Amino acid sequence: MLAKRIIPCLDVTAGRVVKGVNFLELRDAGDPVEIAQRYNDQGADELCFLDITASSDDRDLILHIIEGVASQVFIPLTVGGGVRQVEDVRRLLNAGADKVSINTTAVLNPQVVADATARFGSQCIVVAIDAKKVDNQPFEWEVFTHGGRNPTGLDAVKWAERMVALGAGELLVTSMDRDGTKIGFNNELNKAISDAVDVPLIASGGVGNLQHLVDGVKLGGADAVLAASIFHYGEYTVQQAKEYMQQQGIEVRL
Amino acid sequence: MKTVDIAVVDYGMGNLRSVSKALEHVAPELNVVVTSDAEIIHDARRVVFPGQGAMPDCIRELDARGLRSAVQHATQNKPFLGICIGLQMLFDRSEEGDAAGLGLVRGQVKRFTQHVDQQGNKLKIPHMGWNHVHQTRPHALWQNIPSGERFYYVHSYYVAPADDTLTAGYSEYPDRFTGAISMGNLFAVQFHPEKSASAGLQLLHNFVHWKP
Repeated sequence: MLAKRIIPCLDVTAGRVVKGVNFLELRDAGDPVEIAQRYNDQGADELCFLDITASSDDRDLILHIIEGVASQVFIPLTVGGGVRQVEDVRRLLNAGADKVSINTTAVLNPQVVADATARFGSQCIVVAIDAKKVDNQPFEWEVFTHGGRNPTGLDAVKWAERMVALGAGELLVTSMDRDGTKIGFNNELNKAISDAVDVPLIASGGVGNLQHLVDGVKLGGADAVLAASIFHYGEYTVQQAKEYMQQQGIEVRL
Repeated sequence: MKTVDIAVVDYGMGNLRSVSKALEHVAPELNVVVTSDAEIIHDARRVVFPGQGAMPDCIRELDARGLRSAVQHATQNKPFLGICIGLQMLFDRSEEGDAAGLGLVRGQVKRFTQHVDQQGNKLKIPHMGWNHVHQTRPHALWQNIPSGERFYYVHSYYVAPADDTLTAGYSEYPDRFTGAISMGNLFAVQFHPEKSASAGLQLLHNFVHWKP
């Protein structure tokens, strides 16, 4: 039986893997290959690297990280953040990424999603959708861009269907009102999207404990769950997360 | 020119870096070359035939580089490992774009069909993630890999060999489908050993030392 996946997510800025100490300070999390290897050893099913580099001058620096990790750690690697054109996708894939996630660009220029999937295949294009619950629209969840700052007027569920129609092979759905809250995924949102499309869904945003991962699968219909802080700060290992999920009746790779 | 130990066939479709890096990882002493040179492929000791993207495009690009006969030769003469679309292309025909394959293995490539389980959940396509691979018989490439071990898959189409005895391993999604075939010096897998952590590396290690 196909296992539900657990995906630790790592932030990268200007070529360094970092973790936030608080909102102001980012600290080196250590050597990217060592971190990736550690998660691999714990049984991570995939790794996600999110480029949060502010300056476009420094954005290519992530390529070195991906090259280094891809030559030592043999599990799927997803890379997102700052992807603006098909050429960016090509460079990330050539550096060793297996999947590239497209977020703001998908909203500004949906043709990039169509072009990238036509060129490289749906299997390597993930569309990341940042959504928030709203009460000023005729729908429940609105797509936001730029890290949750800019509303788009798009219905997140309809948007998900459109991205899949353009060729997206997977969706990474982040609930912006949950991100960093540790109160759990927005399972209503995830379930609505998961029921609407037939590609896999990765749930993201809000994980604070292992039950949240279980709920993401059972209530939200997620095929994979992504988390950052609960793994980075050593609260839980990936192994512990999987053991807990298995105890709750979820199929995992142990 | 020195004969290469392992030629990874490059026909311009996607990234072959993962495959070559994984081979180098399990066989640092060997000469692994990613190449679209028919002569190098023809002379190589072992050939790996990967692939990603759409099968009709893969066949077209393979032909555009004049690599069809070198691949065909390899499937009959030396240890040959097909991966993902590199498995699918060996077959007669694919439902993807209704395209002809290389016709080296009798059978069809079919798309997973829509399915809703008892809990009302849709079957997700592509089949993406880690699934059990059940071995149908012992094989040199399964050495030190328990039957039922999980490998990483990502695909929307699967192979249906006309002769089911070619199936060396299968998975279920939700129905049983062929995950690996073996035929003399040829072994080909739908999953990605280069992305399947230690089990995948073990399979590549087995391939590198395989003497069919």
